[in-house]
Amino acid sequence: MERVEFISEEEVLLHEDGTRTETMMLNMGPQHPATHGVLRIVLHLDGETVVKAVPYIGYLHRGIEKLCEHITYQQCLPYTDRMDYIASICNNIGYILAVEKLLGIEDEIPERAKTAEVILFELGRIESHLVGIGTNALDLGAMSAFLYCFKERERIYDILETVCGARLTTSYPRVGGLPLDLPDNFEEIVRSFLTIFPKTLNEVDSLLTRNKIWIDRTKGVAVISAEDAIDLGLTGPALRGSGVPYDVRKATPYLGYENYDFEVPVANEGDAYSRYLCRMEEMNQSLKIIDQALDNLPDGPFIADLPDIVLPEKELTYTKMESLIRHFVIVYEGFKPPAGEIQHAVENPKGELSYYLISDGSGKPYRMRVRGPSFVNMQALSQMVEGSLVADVIAAIGSLDIVLGEIDR
Amino acid sequence: MSFDVEQAVGSLQNEFPQNIVNIKEYRNETTILIDKESINKICNYLKHNLDFTFLADLTAVDYLEVKSPRYEVVYHIHRFGPDCEENVRIRLKAELTDSEPTIDSVVSIWSGADWLEREVYDMFGIKFIGHPDLRRILMPEDYEPFPLRKDFDVRNREASKKSFEKALEDGTD
Repeated sequence: MERVEFISEEEVLLHEDGTRTETMMLNMGPQHPATHGVLRIVLHLDGETVVKAVPYIGYLHRGIEKLCEHITYQQCLPYTDRMDYIASICNNIGYILAVEKLLGIEDEIPERAKTAEVILFELGRIESHLVGIGTNALDLGAMSAFLYCFKERERIYDILETVCGARLTTSYPRVGGLPLDLPDNFEEIVRSFLTIFPKTLNEVDSLLTRNKIWIDRTKGVAVISAEDAIDLGLTGPALRGSGVPYDVRKATPYLGYENYDFEVPVANEGDAYSRYLCRMEEMNQSLKIIDQALDNLPDGPFIADLPDIVLPEKELTYTKMESLIRHFVIVYEGFKPPAGEIQHAVENPKGELSYYLISDGSGKPYRMRVRGPSFVNMQALSQMVEGSLVADVIAAIGSLDIVLGEIDR
Repeated sequence: MSFDVEQAVGSLQNEFPQNIVNIKEYRNETTILIDKESINKICNYLKHNLDFTFLADLTAVDYLEVKSPRYEVVYHIHRFGPDCEENVRIRLKAELTDSEPTIDSVVSIWSGADWLEREVYDMFGIKFIGHPDLRRILMPEDYEPFPLRKDFDVRNREASKKSFEKALEDGTD
């Protein structure tokens, strides 16, 4: 075997008493249940202590950025939910908002669509945090919390299914608003979720928050200071767990988030437990936002009246020549944003997700760049685990809450 | 008095009058095109004098046959301000020619640039001088072409086949 180039000169350790020991290389992944996908980490170990951890990524690389250069703006939408597939609806909405900004039609989007998007976005956040906390707990041996979390996640999937027909890969809103009006029982099912969910959240809270084993495994583990977190570009709970209250919803509000009353939870220790606390409280805040949004969900149009961008009603394409032509043109050529470039950021459950779109005036994006939170957050792993035990690597990965579909894109 | 984009731009114009090529404003976003030699100087100034502590994104664009110089490296730099309440973001750009696609690395200024620069190298073949560990990140290590270049042939499977066969060979030792 000559493929040992990743073993660096650090493999020989000189100890204070003059003895020399060698580090052991342990290959964790790419097939490993606790790496949340196909992530490979090469661990250099001194006994059970991690001397160096080098992540290798790219096993799930599909070249989404390249693919999107060859298809129209609407066709890119289904690719976006295959990035962070844990919270696909958030990626979808983030992309739609970016295209709307590129087109300059943010002001034309009807209130009903915006409010519905806020509700779905926050449901996506809860869904993602449930998976994040559930699997983090599962990796550390707490099976029951995982089951409680996943049971609630199913309820959110049911809501999404009622709204858009898909559970995981939603591809839901459209540029300009919603493709169909919300189902009649939408408010009712979301309200019933709002009454049931806090109970489960309490149960998860009582299973974990004051659980001695959970605290022992997460407190003081995978610590990152506020300065390092900013320097590394961390966002989301990974940044707020270190005491930096940066949240895109407050910083540069979109979808009218400035009108909602909610707080940005912050914890100061910068360890896995702090990140867990942030996620738990964020779910509470999301419930608060959904509640306010439901109270203010207006009636009226659900998609903007923009004939060049929005597809005509399906019924009309069967009966009216003009609608059929419009449909044909939008589907085949796509709508054409004016030449220019924009970046639009949203607060995804895992951190800042931003799309950087460049239009050359044609129906296809000249360049679509996705800045996924997981990709950047993943960089912190080496720093977090070096000097700690192997078992803490599992806690660190879980607490960063990465999703490989988005890292590799 | 709160800090805003104009102030940042004004301060940069004062400090680096000959390095700023042009400034554009589009959809409320400010893009500053600078010459590539001054990237480290300007980023250092932004971080240490103007408190732009957060590198939000770093990427590149290939403008093959659209304009010359061919490449643009794009930096999105963010300033939180006290209690994360100001939130000023600017976009820096530097142009690179086809014959010399290299630029100074900013890893020493923001360590988060590490993987982002590796990704740009991986996808565009742009070299970052001074990067501590400039390897491919998403594509296999022995892959040859740079996929996000506009002249990349998407139908040509040879490069993938080659690195797949090499991996198979390595695995059978």
